[in-house]
Amino acid sequence: MNLTAISAIYRYEMARFFRTLLQSFLSPVISTSLYFVVFGAAIGSRIDQVEGVSYGAFIVPGLVMLSVITQAISNASFGIYFPKFIGTTYELLSAPVSFLEIVTGYVGAAATKSLFIGVVILATSTLFVDMSVAHPLAMVAFLLLTCLSFALMGFIIGIWAKNFEQLQLVPLLIVTPLIFLGGSFYSVSMLPPIWQTIALFNPVLYLISGFRWAFFGLADVPVGVSLMAIALFTGLCMAVIWWIFRTGWRLRV
Amino acid sequence: MSAILSIKDLKKSYASGQIALNGVSLDIERGEILALLGPNGAGKTTLISTVCGIVNPTSGSVTVDGHDIKADYRAARSLIGLVPQEVALEPFEKVRNTVRLSRGLFGRPRNDALIERILRRLSLWDKRDSRINELSGGMKRRVLIAKALSHEPRVLFLDEPTAGVDVELRKDMWDIVRELKAEGVTIILTTHYIEEAEAIADRVGVIARGEILLVEDKASLMTRMGKKQIDLQLADPLDSVPEALAGYDLAIRDGHTLVYTYDARGPRTGLTRLLNDLAAAELRLKDVQTRQSSLEEIFVDLVREDAQ
Ligand SMILES: Nc1ncnc2c1ncn2[C@@H]1O[C@H](COP(=O)(O)OP(=O)(O)OP(=O)(O)O)[C@@H](O)[C@H]1O
Ligand SMILES: [Mg+2]
Repeated sequence: MNLTAISAIYRYEMARFFRTLLQSFLSPVISTSLYFVVFGAAIGSRIDQVEGVSYGAFIVPGLVMLSVITQAISNASFGIYFPKFIGTTYELLSAPVSFLEIVTGYVGAAATKSLFIGVVILATSTLFVDMSVAHPLAMVAFLLLTCLSFALMGFIIGIWAKNFEQLQLVPLLIVTPLIFLGGSFYSVSMLPPIWQTIALFNPVLYLISGFRWAFFGLADVPVGVSLMAIALFTGLCMAVIWWIFRTGWRLRV
Repeated sequence: MSAILSIKDLKKSYASGQIALNGVSLDIERGEILALLGPNGAGKTTLISTVCGIVNPTSGSVTVDGHDIKADYRAARSLIGLVPQEVALEPFEKVRNTVRLSRGLFGRPRNDALIERILRRLSLWDKRDSRINELSGGMKRRVLIAKALSHEPRVLFLDEPTAGVDVELRKDMWDIVRELKAEGVTIILTTHYIEEAEAIADRVGVIARGEILLVEDKASLMTRMGKKQIDLQLADPLDSVPEALAGYDLAIRDGHTLVYTYDARGPRTGLTRLLNDLAAAELRLKDVQTRQSSLEEIFVDLVREDAQ
């Protein structure tokens, strides 16, 4: 194991993040505050409570997931697409590093960044609503797994993308709709029955449901199923990445 | 001396169908400087990229110090440094950080003193905290060299290191290459400047259309180059070299011209004596012309012959 290489990649990627720390910190704070103003104050004043939880608090897990997922994907996809675009991948390919080390470095950094943003959003939320976490360990586990799995997915997108448009395509057309339709801002039980069934095909639903359970003890689907779904998704992403490096797909001609 | 790099029957065809390497076999000796010459599109970069792990070979094998580049890629690659032909650097990164990253990628512990030495040697120390996009083209090329040297490679590939570099810097680059050789580093460089090969290489390889046409000691090439010919055009035709001139390396061309081949670098060319003997044999000269084959001529001839 080339640990030096992993930490070199990780620290190099994180350095970029720290250079723009203020921006990295401010934008989630501002966007979270906006969500609370719009959803919490405007809509929440009409909805009041969802299954015994104030609407303001109810949307916090979904809000965190929304940002963490989009950030993990964009950080990881850009993190590997950019070197590919400017040609600096020559160094990665010619260095004595394995695919596991490259992925650990890049995905680890992207996951860390999104985790940071998730924590910032959680902290900001406490300024707006009273919140308690029912299962703190499970909450941390869900958060970490989400950061990791979507960073892995972002990494795949970054390798797959041939131009900047493609880089935006998957997040825009697939991921964001899935997050919004996955019950970020509502309980699936509020939907008509037919839509409840359709929603069960949305993988993000399991994530948000599990994450919300960690906060309030309520879930749309059993928490065990949630955990299994995200573990499966993580495993799938890893398998794809393993294949990419084995064949050199889109990296090595 | 044993080969540090051994390439056997290496072939590469790109997805486009382009055959870039057509069975290249090449042994590179420990500690030598090999210059690869060849026209555009000959396959120089493909050859280097394959050895370094950037291009997947179609077939053939490569070992670096006995380590196969596929089966034992870690050991093989950790010995190799690469300065690519194209400048590829992260524009907003600082010089020193990008050089540090290279060292880290190769699993070497941080060593600021070494990196300072390298940056100073390449006259980049003043620019250590500049961003890449604030550097000139020649400086960027030197950053690439610093990155390659940062992990102390035993084999260094320089893909056209002096393209677009001014004369002074080119000389400086040659000095660096010589210093590295003195430290025991094996160096393979590609170039379009024949004088560059003449100045620093131990051996010269010529590649065209994905095939190695020649690999020869520079010294023996120089001897070939050192050979000069003088055409002595005679006033009267001649069928054979006269008995009196049998001791000279003479040939007859067109029945009118005696061609004398001699070593211009040798202590004695024998020209004076020959001219005296010509006079003694009562052969009258109409015209005289000297010719010398340069490395460039050899190179151009080779490539042209191959094309036919
Ligand atoms: N990625 C690629 N895909 C398809 N064909 C390629 C690729 N890279 C190189 N080639 C082709 O392979 C051949 C060899 O190219 P290569 O870059 O190895 O030449 P070279 O000797 O380095 O030339 P130059 O002196 O111009 O740098 C060329 O015909 C080129 O068009
Ligand atoms: Mg080239």
